[in-house]
Order: sequence, then C-alpha cells, then structure tokens
Amino acid sequence: MNILSLFVLIPILTIIAITFTRSMKQTRLVSAVGMGIQLILAAALIFMYLAERRSGNMAEMLFTYDAVWFPTLNIHYTVGVDGISVAMIGLTAIVVFAGIFASWTVEFLSREFFISLILLSSGVFGFFISLDLFTMFLFYELAVIPMYLLIGLWGSGPKEYSAMKLTLMLMAGSALLLVGLLGIYFNSAPGGSQLTFNITEIAKIQIPIEMQRFLFPFTFIGFGILGALFPFHTWSPDGHASAPTAVSMLHAGVLMKLGGYGAFRVAMYLMPDAAREQAWIFIILTSISVVYGAFGAIVQKDLKYINAYSSVSHCGLVLFAVLMMNQTAMNGAVIQMISHGLMTALFFALIGMIYGRTHTRMINEMGGLMKVIPFLGVVYVIAGLASLGLPGLSGFVAEMTIFVGSFQHTDVFHRVVTIMATSSIVITAVYILRVVGILLLGPIKNDHYLHLKDAVWYERLSTITLVLAITAIGIAPLWLSDMINGSLVPLVQKIAGNGIVSLF
Amino acid sequence: MMRHELLLTAIALIVLMVDLGLKPGKKKSIIPVTIVLFALHTIAGFLPAEAGELFGGMYRTGSLQIMMKNVLNIGVLIILLQSASWLKKPENLEKISEYFILMFSTLIGMNFMISSGDFLMFYLGLELATIPMAALSAFVHHQTKSAEAGIKLLLSSALSSGILLFGLSLIYGSVGSVYFSDVAASYSHAPMQILAFIFFFAGMAFKISLVPFHLWTADVYEGSPVNVTSYFSVISKGAASFIFITILYVVFNSIAFIWKDLIYVIAILTMTIGNLFALRQKNMKRFLAFSSIAQAGFILLGIIAGNKTGMTSVIYFVLIYIFSNLGAFGVVSAIFNATGKENMDDYDGLYHTNPKLSLLMMLSVFSLAGIPPVAGFFGKFFLFTSAASAGYYWLVFIAVLNATISLYYYLLVVKAMFINKNEQPIAYFKSDLTTRVALMICTLGIFFIGFWGQLYEIINNISIGILN
Repeated sequence: MNILSLFVLIPILTIIAITFTRSMKQTRLVSAVGMGIQLILAAALIFMYLAERRSGNMAEMLFTYDAVWFPTLNIHYTVGVDGISVAMIGLTAIVVFAGIFASWTVEFLSREFFISLILLSSGVFGFFISLDLFTMFLFYELAVIPMYLLIGLWGSGPKEYSAMKLTLMLMAGSALLLVGLLGIYFNSAPGGSQLTFNITEIAKIQIPIEMQRFLFPFTFIGFGILGALFPFHTWSPDGHASAPTAVSMLHAGVLMKLGGYGAFRVAMYLMPDAAREQAWIFIILTSISVVYGAFGAIVQKDLKYINAYSSVSHCGLVLFAVLMMNQTAMNGAVIQMISHGLMTALFFALIGMIYGRTHTRMINEMGGLMKVIPFLGVVYVIAGLASLGLPGLSGFVAEMTIFVGSFQHTDVFHRVVTIMATSSIVITAVYILRVVGILLLGPIKNDHYLHLKDAVWYERLSTITLVLAITAIGIAPLWLSDMINGSLVPLVQKIAGNGIVSLF
Repeated sequence: MMRHELLLTAIALIVLMVDLGLKPGKKKSIIPVTIVLFALHTIAGFLPAEAGELFGGMYRTGSLQIMMKNVLNIGVLIILLQSASWLKKPENLEKISEYFILMFSTLIGMNFMISSGDFLMFYLGLELATIPMAALSAFVHHQTKSAEAGIKLLLSSALSSGILLFGLSLIYGSVGSVYFSDVAASYSHAPMQILAFIFFFAGMAFKISLVPFHLWTADVYEGSPVNVTSYFSVISKGAASFIFITILYVVFNSIAFIWKDLIYVIAILTMTIGNLFALRQKNMKRFLAFSSIAQAGFILLGIIAGNKTGMTSVIYFVLIYIFSNLGAFGVVSAIFNATGKENMDDYDGLYHTNPKLSLLMMLSVFSLAGIPPVAGFFGKFFLFTSAASAGYYWLVFIAVLNATISLYYYLLVVKAMFINKNEQPIAYFKSDLTTRVALMICTLGIFFIGFWGQLYEIINNISIGILN
C-alpha cells in the first residue's frame, strides 16, 4: 500500500467506523483516534521525505503511485508529493486533529458532524497528494460540498444563507476551473501523442500561447475564488462567521490553501507564459485583497468576522507572493500558507471556546477576560502576535520572506504594490491590538463573566498543538524552508522564465 | 436477432394470458411474475448476440443498439420494482396487467426506434412508443389531473409527430428513399433539405422536451402517476436521446455544421430555462420534471461533440442518470405511497424520521447535480469533456455555471430534509420489499459506477462518431 493513499483511506475507514458508533462519546473517540493516526502518519511522511532527500533522491515527486482509472481518456489515479505538498499535508493533519478536539462537545447529530468533517478532510488530503488533474478536481469538489451541511446544520447566525452562498460561489469557481482543466487536457499533447491529465507530464510540454492566454484566467480565478481573491472573496466572511468552530478552523486554515496551492501548482506552473503576461492584473487584485481585507477587519465588531476578513488579507498575501514569481517570494507564499493555516485555526478555535463561555462574539460586550480565563487569553495574544508578524512566531518568517522576495523586483509597479501590501502589516497590528485591548484587558463588563472556567483538557490539547507548531516554525524556520525550497526550484524555473511583464 | 423485441412481446402476451386466467380478487400475483420475467429478460439482453439486418435493412442490430436497449431495460426493471407497491393499491388492482402491457408496448416501440434502419421503421417505433404512453399517463383516469395529462400528452405528441412526419416526407421527396444509408449518402445543405431537417429536429426536440418545445413536460409530469413520470423522464428521454444522437451522427452527418450551431443555441436555452423554472417549483414531481429538462440540455453537450467520445459520454450519462433520477423518484414515490404527500415542504425534517430515505435522496440529487464522489460527477464530467474535445469551451463554461444553478435547487431539497425544522415531519414508515430492492439498486449504481472505469471503456469500444 502506498503511504500517500493511506491519507485518503484512513479518513474513509474512520467514517465507516463512525457509522457503527452508538453515542457521542464513542463517535468523538473514534474520530480522535482516526485523526490521531493521520497526524502520526503525516509526521512519518515528513521524516520519510526528509530521509529520502538526504539520501540523494532528487526526483521531483516522491512516493509516487499510478493506477489507470479511465483508460479511454487516459485518466489515472496518480499520487506523489514534493516538499510543498508534504508541508501542506502536515498542516492539514495538525489542523484536523486540533479541529476534532475543538468540537469535542458537539451533541446535535454528532455522528453526522464528524462524518462530514472527516469527509471534508479526506478531500483536502486527496487534493494535496494528487498529481492528476482529474482526481485533483474530484477531491477539490469533495472538500467543498460537505461545507454546506456543516454550516447549514451546525452553524450559527444566518447559517442557511451563508452555507448556500459559500457553496454556490465555490462551485461557480469550480466551473471556471473545470473549463481551465479541460482546456489544459486537450492541449496536453501538441505532438499528437496521448492526451493526459498528469501534471508532471504536462509541465514538460509547452501549451500553445493563445490557449494559455484563454485558459489561464479561468484556472487562476477558479482557484483564486477559493483563495479569497478580490472581488470573489465575499463568501468567506459570511461563511466563516456562520460556520461551527471546527469548520471555520478547517476552512480558513486548510481549505482556502487549496486555492493558493492550485494557483501556482496548476495555473501558473502549467501555463507560465500567460501567467507572466497577465500577472499584473492579478497582482493588483491581490494587493487590493491584502489591504481591503485588513481594513475590513478593523471595522468589524464580531470576533469571527474580524478573523474572516483578516483571512482574506492573509490569503491575498499568499496569491500576491505567488505572483511575484521568484524563489524567495514563493517560498514565503508556502510558509505563509502554513503559518496562516495554523494561526487562523488557532484563532477560530479560541473564538469558539470564548463564545462557548460568554455566549457572545461581539467584542464590545466583553472585556477583561484575561483575568478570568488566563490560559485562553494568553493563547489569544500569542495567536494575535503571530498574525501581526512578531519575530519568533511563524507570521514573521512568512511575511518577511514574501516582502523581501517582492522587493527584488526593481520596477516601479512592483515597488508600489509591495509598499501597498506592506502597509497591511500596520493595519493588522491595529485590529489585532484593538481586539486584544477590548477583549482581554480592561474592566470586566458583565458579572456573569466572573464565574467563567478556564480551558479544560481537550481545549488545551487543541490549542497547545497549534501553538507548538506556530512557535516551531517561528524559531526554526530553516528546516521547513529548506524542504520547500528544493521543491520550488523546478517550479520557479518554469514559471519565471524570462521575467514577468510589468505594467510600468 | 430481434431478441429484445420478441422476448418483450412474449412477456406482454404472457401477462395478458395470466391475467385472463386469474380470478378478479387474485390479480396481485401478476406483479411478481412480471417482474421476474422482466428481470430474466434484462439478463438475457446481456447474452452475446449477433449483429445483422432484417427486412431489407429496415431493422438493424449490433452491439451499440444492444447496449442502448440494455441500458433502458435496467431502468425499466427499477421502475417496475418501484411501482409494485403502488399497483397493489385497491384502486389499481383491476388494471395491473394493463399497466405492464402498456409499458412494455412503449418499450418495444423504443427498441424498434433504436434498431431502425430507415425512417419508416423509426416512425413506427416512435408511434408505438408514444400512444401507449398517453394511456399510461392517464392511468388514474378518475383523477382530473391524470386525465388532463393524458390528453395533453396525446395532443402535443400528435402535433410533434405531425411536424416530424412532414420533415420525413420532405426528406423522402428530396432524396427519394427513406433508408438511412441512402439519405446519408446524398444529403446536402440544399434549402429544402435544411427545411426538412429543421422539421425533423423540432419533432425530436418535442420528444426530448428541449426548449422551446418543453411546455408540455411539466403538466404531464405532474399529472401522471409518480412511476409513470419517472418512466417519462428517464426511459423515454434516454431512448429519445439515443435515437437522436444516432440519427444525427449516422444520417445527418453531412450537415453537422448546421445542427451543431442549432444545438449550441438550444443547449444553452434548455439548460438555462429548465433551471430557472426548476428554481421555483414546490411540487417534487414538477421540480424533477424541470430539472430533467435541464439535464436534457446537458445531454446535448455530448451530442454536439460529434465524435466517439460524445456518444460514449451520452450513453454513460444516461446510464448514470437512470440510477440517480430513479433514486430520487423512488424516494418521492415511496413517500407518496406511504403518506400521499409530494410537496417539498412536506419533506422538512425528513432526516430525523426517515434517515435512510433522506440519505438516498441526498445521494441522488448530488448525483444529478454532479457532485463527487457519486456517479453523476463522472457522467457530467465526461459530457463536458466531450464538448471540450470539439473546442466548445464557452459552451462548457455556460453548462458548468448551469450545473451550479442546478446545485442551488438540489440543495434546497437537501436543506428541507436535513436543516429545516418541522413540527410534524413525515412519520417513520417501512417500505415494502420491492421498493427497498429498487432503492438498493439505485444506491449501488450511484455509488459504484463512477469507480468502475472499465465501463466507460466498454461503451467507448462500441460507440461511433460522425462517419465520413
């Protein structure tokens, strides 16, 4: 059995096991065991990957496995990983594991909840291991659709509206994506050989430039919608705000990364010429995302909305960095994906825990929480500091690398957008510190809050897992960035080519 | 060589004879006999058969035709299983054998259409398939709606047959033969021949209920008994699509550049208008009727490709569509038989009382919407692939957007069952054995067809593209 296929198989087996459970306690235990195994497997994969690289295996993709699925159309089930996907799998495993413990107390239809949640995660894992565009697309949609039930059934606020909006917008995104993928497929054999969906095969050939010009926007925007590309980001605040805790964690933490990952692994890697030509359009859009998301976060009063807008800003930064098309910036993009995934998951977990105690998410109704729930308060501050890029935590490494990379372009256009995007750091500091000030410090606004209990064991487990990962990346970013760097080389070589077209 | 048709005729006659021999109170026992006979017939359809021609080329058969007939047989078998509990109701007891005989007659008609080698046989099959259908839709004749549906179907199909026949007569007038091979050999884009083709096209569009010839569909679907409606929307539509694609590819291949433009426009109209109407439906049968109009629009995407992939995808899609749509109809019919309810509001909170039915309904609508990992995803994906293979990227884009719109109303069903609150949801009930077997078959089909990649290969090996 190929180790990568296990990443899809274990969630499915866990789901089957859950259907046999009789009570909520059994269900969550089975889920935790299943996802715990998944986490161990992810750790094992990282070590196996590093060992392979150290022993001198320089193949682009490792642990590959290939099985024919639809012979007529040459559709395969092909899996394989490089450093980037290994890092993303690690991120997903951590967030899912933390998510299970963050939803430890879901009582309403708990079996269905955990089944949908784990189904979603199997879609995400499948996406990251796929090397075949068909299976990649299949897993992509598989990751989106459980969201509807997860938000619609277990969400809060205008949940039915948000669930529908999110599902339809993401599916419209996959409409664009499907056209792009089919276009790539039908141009994958210029010499008249067999058409293929295999990414590594297609990367070896040159898709005709006219087709690239036509297909690139479809593919990039298709993935961009999931990565909250302005102006297609509107599903994200509503969706995140209405979703239950674990779903917000998984969605902001992992699912939005599918967009960023797909944008460079598929759209830019396979159609580099069009990417270079059209990059300026998307650079403008993403720098709007970055700044607009940050400003949006300032004016919000609901904790989840604040964090959702902050996700728009941070995910915009991922796409922004990817479009800079150099080694440093793209390295930063991948670290940013992981860093943002961890800290936003931490944020949403904390918000869920605070909401569970205070029954409100409005920041002006709360205050002085640090005095009554110090553990959650401290972790909230850590997450906030990571978000605004304090050295020693993961956010700093990511943003620093991105801006160093984007500043390597010496033309006016890139300089201007870089400065614009950099301003988001300041705005981020404003909204993070404002929330910390109102929420955690100051007088306690409600006597009822005096009797709040601090985090219990499963909440601590969930948050500590994430905090550890954030600080690990912040203190020792080198091993992560080494792992990513090696795998980025072929991508950047193909994407950067002769340098990108600039607006000025 | 005519095994399908002969066996079916034999079964219809046996049903008639058994019915004559039974006392009035004992008619129920026809149901299992017929179902078993038809199941044997379905299995017999898969036995190897030789290809060939009969009646001087009027009737042709080969692996492609046999595959199409087998696909339809599977669907009819599921429908028979689903209708068993409805037929056992006291008001239907006296008419059981009529139901079977009428249904088998239409199926024989469709088989003849699929195997037709000239327009005469084609028209014969068409009428044989249509007229008993009107009787079927008026089956519950004491209900005004059902009788109205029968008359509506009869009138509109008479009109469409007239138009089609006019087209055929023009074709005969301009070519001098009704044989497909002769017509194909000498057809060109002379004005009269284009006119003839347009008439033929309009007549067929009536049968598949393509926009703007779709208006009869909703009323007929709503008025007919649930199982007849599912027969219309799955079997009749599937058969018509098979014949449509065969004739376009085989006979009208020389004017492909004309019908491709035509289909391009009609596909967009059909998908969009079918979807927009489906959005507003509250009655489940009407809802599925309009959604099946939109599905017909998707089928056109396979037809427009004009190559082998196109035909493979159409057959593959129809096969999957049979399982998914019959899954949905099966749930609607089970609930109607148990409670008499068929509005979407009645389904509120169904999951809490009938979880299995709700799950199957969810799988079916996801399959209809084309959501992985259920079979519908593969069916839709390959239809889009075939349209893209002919370079119709914008059409694919519009189609996928329409699939997204359709997802909205399919999700409304899911929302009703899982999310909406209801003080008095439909109480728990247990369906009888035949219904459960039928639903089980649908579930298996929806789940596993997509993962059986070899099936697509099998269909592809016998499919044809436009012959040049």
